[in-house]
Order: sequence, then structure tokens, then C-alpha cells
Amino acid sequence: MRALSLDAPLASGALGTFNPLAKLAVALVVAAGLLVTVDVVTASVVLGSELACLPVIGVGWRFLVRRAWPLPLAACGVAVANLVASDADGTTIAAISLRLMAIALPGVVAFAATDPVDLADAVHQQLHVPARFAYGSLAAVRLLPLVSIDWQTIRRARRARGIDAGRSPLGMAALFASAVFGLLVAAIRRATRLACAMESRGFDASGPRTAARRQVFRRSDWALVVGSAALVAGANLLALAAGTWHPLLW
Amino acid sequence: MSALIEARGWGWRHAGRRGWALRGLDLRVEQGERVLLLGPSGAGKSTLLQGLAGLLNAPEAGDAEGALWVHGAPVTGPDRRTGIVFQDPGSSLVMARLGDEVAFGLENRAVPSEEIWPAVRAALDAVELGYPLDHAVEHLSGGEQQRLAIADVLAVAPRLWLLDEPTSNLDPPGAALVRDTVWELLRDASSTVVIVEHRVDELVDGVDRVVVLEPGGGVRHDGAPDEVFSRHGASLREAGVWVPGRAPARRGAPEKAGPPVVVADAVTVRYPAAAADALARVDLEVAGSQVTAVVGPNGSGKSTLALCLASLLVPTAGAVRFVAGGPATPYARWKPSELVRHVGTVFQEPEHQFVAATVDAELAVGAKRAQMPSDAARRRVGELLERLHLSHLAAANPFTLSGGEKRRLSVATALVADPELLVLDEPTFGQDARTWDELVDLLAAARARGSAIVTVTHDEDLVAALADRVVRLAAGRVVARTPAGEPL
Amino acid sequence: MAEPDLQNVRAVRIGRWRTVDVLVASVIAVAGGVVFWAWDQLWYATTAAFAAFPPAHAVLYGAWLAPGVIGALVIRKPGAALYTELVASIVEALLGSSWGLSVVIYGVFEGLAPELVFLILTYRSWRLPAAAVAGAVAGLAAACLDLVYYYSAWVADWKLLYVVIVMASSTVMAGFGSWWLVRALARTGVLQPFASGRREPVA
Repeated sequence: MRALSLDAPLASGALGTFNPLAKLAVALVVAAGLLVTVDVVTASVVLGSELACLPVIGVGWRFLVRRAWPLPLAACGVAVANLVASDADGTTIAAISLRLMAIALPGVVAFAATDPVDLADAVHQQLHVPARFAYGSLAAVRLLPLVSIDWQTIRRARRARGIDAGRSPLGMAALFASAVFGLLVAAIRRATRLACAMESRGFDASGPRTAARRQVFRRSDWALVVGSAALVAGANLLALAAGTWHPLLW
Repeated sequence: MSALIEARGWGWRHAGRRGWALRGLDLRVEQGERVLLLGPSGAGKSTLLQGLAGLLNAPEAGDAEGALWVHGAPVTGPDRRTGIVFQDPGSSLVMARLGDEVAFGLENRAVPSEEIWPAVRAALDAVELGYPLDHAVEHLSGGEQQRLAIADVLAVAPRLWLLDEPTSNLDPPGAALVRDTVWELLRDASSTVVIVEHRVDELVDGVDRVVVLEPGGGVRHDGAPDEVFSRHGASLREAGVWVPGRAPARRGAPEKAGPPVVVADAVTVRYPAAAADALARVDLEVAGSQVTAVVGPNGSGKSTLALCLASLLVPTAGAVRFVAGGPATPYARWKPSELVRHVGTVFQEPEHQFVAATVDAELAVGAKRAQMPSDAARRRVGELLERLHLSHLAAANPFTLSGGEKRRLSVATALVADPELLVLDEPTFGQDARTWDELVDLLAAARARGSAIVTVTHDEDLVAALADRVVRLAAGRVVARTPAGEPL
Repeated sequence: MAEPDLQNVRAVRIGRWRTVDVLVASVIAVAGGVVFWAWDQLWYATTAAFAAFPPAHAVLYGAWLAPGVIGALVIRKPGAALYTELVASIVEALLGSSWGLSVVIYGVFEGLAPELVFLILTYRSWRLPAAAVAGAVAGLAAACLDLVYYYSAWVADWKLLYVVIVMASSTVMAGFGSWWLVRALARTGVLQPFASGRREPVA
């Protein structure tokens, strides 16, 4: 049976060597820098630079299509919604849609290049999140493939039990709720057993803990974050110069 | 010299339960002993192991009585000198990669970073998992995963080993893999081992003591294996304990097979993004009044075949036809309400198929979906509850039943509409001897009524006791098909 | 139906999260990720259908807000709503959600909002009214984020309608729905390790 899994397809490439927090910081910086304004120039400059950077950092078109295909679709959907529900002009609508994609893209790349274990390590060692949360969530995330198989089985079992959704939305909702309930029971059982096993291996003891893998923040990581901040700031300045800069909140 | 384990009048009641799991337990285990812990389902074997491992010490976990001492001191929590291996490696492995997994325990115990990786490699080599350290745990077989769990514990070098049914969830090759490792452990005189295991036959020579627990009580029998089994073998088997050397009785089949019920024609299944076919051009005819056992190693496509036969998976190529009645539409497109009238499916994990809030309602759902008239339905439900000793639980929530009860209930729900075809996926997993017997009798009765039964199983005893035909799969193809009783 | 408040008080004093608390909250988030992976496809498929009347799309919205409220109702400790919703969003992002970091930013606010509700109730109230309000507030947070991200140019009427529909959806799905789910879960005995699961003893 096919199961969901958290493969990080870009983690083995050039991007894998960067600190996971650095990559996420880039996405955050871009989001913050773009959300302050609604204008075509900032959005298109940033989006254009992102797309131009992709081949440089080893991200291919196939990856883009596979992971980001809903983006243009959503951008269009939002554009249509804006056409209907607002009195904004064409450039603003285009700006909003472009901005949507420009914000999303770095995050998509960052997460695809982040191994969950590295992320947990970084979050624990550098952000000082307690081990309980960092590695507890990591352990539950390792259950993901098993939980996704459970989901398929539970839905099949409902078919086998003769439970028909029929055509009515109410019937479909009831079937869905029943399956979600079954999944939660199965998932919580797994989690309880896993928690027991982790405790038996000394997890949750209040004493100190050592690290088998080290996460560090190197100069290259700083360069990455600062560089993206500069890019976004630059785009905003360009927009100011071009007179299109339009703050979000008034 | 103080004993490694000492229990005096120890009792435990899990939070939220009225009954005690164990009470008045007196036990003394010296260092270097190898103990086999037995008892019927619900006898508290897992509870005792968890208590010894220090996992029952949280205040909200339950109520304790008496004293439990390990390593010369009362148990207060998990101890580095005690290691425990659980039944299901899927629910005990923490990390995605081999090396990280073993390192986890060492990190928790604050082993200095420089010493971690050499210790990891040593532990993995000791259990013969020679893969590189970044090998994905997902890609290990069940037996290898369990070996990994053993390596996890080995890396911390405990003095006391506790193993809770380490081979129960594994197929025979996986169980053999783990058994070898366990044997190594047993042979190492410096370790003390307490092991709970159903497959008693293979272990009985490696242990020097057998302790049998009483449900809700303490120790029932305690002594050398020969002594305990020869003196109490019969009563133990009665109570549901798997006793060595007692093969289950063969349940004979009716004189000849009934008409064909479901036919698979050149069924091929390939999962999306898979490298190879899960099933490749499988032809199979399943007849009424017969039990067909589908066997083979993990990954051979057994479960996939069962799903196709039960109309729960649409083949990529080929088709499955239901020839014993039912609507004229293609089998794979039958509506669920039509399906349940002719086919009952029992899944590996009973909880996956529970849909109602009470046992009674659970059985009634099947009857209602099959559109049985209400008085016939009520009678059938009552009858099944009686036969499966579930009447006293009619108002209970299905999820609160014991393992054996859940298994019986899941089989009952499949039988309620008296289907022509019954498909079961590993029905005897982890059952004690009594539930096992009841289950097999139930299936034999269904066969006598004319049902066709297909069961995917690793359980050789089940095949011997019940199967009229055995179909062996390997890599998605049928490699052998014979009547049972003949050597494969 | 009397609520055993003694249990709740103890839970608040022992506000420290145990391993089982972290694991179960995380797995609720993971289950959410699994379910929504399919739900997401439904959302995209219906984008075209709903394009003409954007707020109608929001009827499906509430489901994404459920994990946080479910987590809070099960774990009953400070931070449960925020943690569960945040982890659910991180799981979605790691699974390859095309929204990238946005989904995590949403997760923070969608978790923080119900968290504030339970905080204001001093983490002592876990019944239906609390769940419903938590669901509603989560919806409010999500709707506001949408207005900032995508719909800042809408006229006031549409904005208001959008907020109302999202809040209605989340009150039903993330409020009532979560409460119903957790109550059903408690009856199965699977929540034994938690205060939310301990009412009637099981044989």
C-alpha cells in the first residue's frame, strides 16, 4: 500500500548543507518583506529573482511542477475572487496574485530541503525548545506513514461494513466523521505505545541530554538570510522609487 | 546477595479500571536466571513487565499495592540497568534512520557525544544489522526492525532484559531472525532475562524457569519447564496458555468443495509510483465450503490479493468476479450495501472496522446494511452474541473490550449477514490459546454452513488446523497451490 | 452531568507536559496532516466551482482548524491548542504543501486564537461552550489572515461576509465537531492517560 512519507527531495542537494533554521528564516523574511505592501513591482521583482535563483541552487523544473502546481491555480482563483468582490484595478489584483506565489515559493523549497531530524535538532539545540517537544513531535511524525496506511484501511473497512455515503452531502460528512474518529483512535493508541517505549529508553528524565548530531549556524547560513533580506528590501525600495509602493494597511 | 527482582504482595490496577490486573504477586528472580512468563490473555504479563521497567510510576497511571524491588531498590522509574523490548517495533522505534535510532537511547542517558557513534555501530553489529547508519528504518523488514529495537537496548548494556512477546507481530522468517538474537541473549550468562512469548516450543529449551500468572491474581505456577508443563499442561492449555508440544486439533472439512464463489482472472495490481507489480497476473478460484489459506513472506502481495477478492481494491488489470449471486454489475463496483450482503471482511486490526458505540449496535449495523428484516436481524445478533460469549458485553463500547473479545467481535460482524465469502487478514495474531480455538471453531462452523473462506496468514498452526487449500505467493505471483496436508 | 473538576485542577497544577501528552498531541496533528492531504485536493478541485462566489468556498474552512481544538480538549494543558495546530501545519509543510511557510504562519495564529480562549477560561473549562467559542475564534484568526494575504482589496461587505462564513464553518467543524469527537474518543477508553478520558471506570 502506498503511504505518505516525509521524504525531503532537495535535502541531498546543495541546499541540504544549510541550517534548516536559516532556510526557514529566508522564507519568513520574504513573507514579512512582501506582506507590508501590495504592489506589482515588489511582488514581481522578488518572484522573478526566486525563479532565477532556482537553477543556481539545484532546484529543477520537475520539482517545481510536482510540488508547486497548485500555486498558479490558487493565484488565479484568488484573482477571480478579487475581480468579483473588490473594486481594485487590474494591477492590484495581479500584484496580490504574484505576491501570493512569491511568498509561498521559498517556503516550499525550504521545507523540501529540510530533513525532519535536522529540523528537530536545530530547534532543540539552537532555539532551545525542550527536547520533550522537539523529539516527541519528531517521533510522532515518524508514525506518519503508518497513520496514512491506517487511514486507507479504515476507509476500506467502512466499505466492507456496508456503509455507503450515497450522494447526500450529509451521508458523506457522516462517513468522513466516522473515519476520522477511527483514525484518531488508532493514532492515539500508537502514540501512547510509542510514548511508553520512549520513556523506557530514558526519555523525559529531567537530567541532561547529549547530542549525537550537531546543528550549527555557519557564515554561509548568515549570508543566505542577510542576502534574502537585502533582496526583499531592495525590491521594496525599487517600488518606492517607481511610485507603486502601497502599504497594506491603509 | 540480593535478588535482581523481588516482588512481595505486589498488585497493580490500571487507572480507570475496576479490577486489578495483578494482586498478591510474590516473585524472586536471581541474577542470571532466564524466566519464561506465561499466562492466559489478561493475566497481567505485560503489566508485570511494565512495572519492572519502571513505566507504571506516574501518579495518574494507577494504583499499586505491596513492594516491587529491582536491582536492590524499589522501582521509581525507568532505569538504565533495565531494558525492555516491546511487541510492535512500529510503535517503539523513534527515528527514521538506523543510526539515529540507536543513538537516541544513548543521547537520553547523556553518553558523551564522542562515544555515541562507536557504541551505535557496535550494537548494530552485535545484532547483525550491517546496513549503513543512514539506512531508513522504513525499509527494514519486521524482523529487522525488531532486531533494531533489541540493538537499542543492547547499546545501553542493561543487566535485566524484559521482552514482551518480541516475535508475535512477525512473520515466520522475521520471527526466526529475532529468535536467533534472543537465543544469543539467553546464552549470555551475565544477563537476566524475563520473556513473555507465545511460541513456547522454540524457547522452552533456552529458559530455566517458567512462571505462570493468574489473571487478577499472582503467581499460579513457578518451576522448571518440564515440571510445570508435565504437571499442569492440560489445565494450562484449558486456560488459554500456549503449552509446548500440543498441536491444535485438525478441524475436518466436508466431503467436497462447494461451487465457486469468487474468481480472480489474471489480476494485476500496481500501486502508484511503485517499481514493481504488487500482484502479477494471479488466477485463483475460491469455492464454497472450503478454507483457502494464502501464505507467503511479507511483501508477496497476500494482503493485496485479499483486498481484491473482497472488492476493496480495484485491480490495475484483470478482474475479480463474484459468481455466487449478487448484482450483475462488476464486482469491483458493487455498492457497499450490496457487498456486505455477500462478503464479510475481517481486518488485521479489529479496531479499524468498529463503527458503532456499543457491541450490540456494532452487530446490528451489519444486519441493517445488508437489509435484513428487523426481527431476523435481532435474532441473528442475539445468536451471535451468545455463541461468542459476548452477551454480557452487549452495551459496552467495542473499543474497551479485551484483545480476544475485539477479535471475536470483528469476526462476528463479518458473519452477521451470513455471507457467501469471508476474507480474513491475519485473524489469529497475538491470540491466546483459548481465543484461538474459539476462532478456529467459528470459522469451521462457517465453512460447514457453506461459506467460502479465504485467510491470509503466517500462522502455521492455523493452516494445519483449518486450511483445505494453501496458495503460496512470492513477489506477487502464485508459486504453489496445493491442498493442505501435503508438503509444499 | 457533573464535571469532575478535581481532575481538571490537578491537571492545571501539573501543567508540565509528559511524554504521552507531547506524543498524543503530535499524533493528533499528524492525523490531521494525513486527512488534510486529501482534503486539500478537494479544496483545489472546488476552487473553480467556488470562484464565482468566493465566500462559499469558506464553508469547508473549519476542518483545518479542528486539530488545535481537539488537541486542547484531549490534553487539557496550557499550550495544547497552539502546539497541536502548529505541528499540524509543520507536517503539512513538510509533506510538500504548495503554500510553504504560509501554512505554518497560519498554524501559529490558528493555534494561538483558541489557546487564548482556553487561557481566558484559566484552562478549567473544556465543555461544549468553550469548544464552540474556541472554534469560532480560530476561524476569526484564519479569516483575518486571509484578508491580509489575499483579500485586502475587497469591499467591506464581502470582507464581513467572508469572516462570518469562515467563523460559522469553524464553530461547527472545529468547535462542535471537535467536542463531539473528543467525547466519542473518551468513551472508547483510549484517553485513559488524560483527564479528558477519566469519567466512568472501564471493567
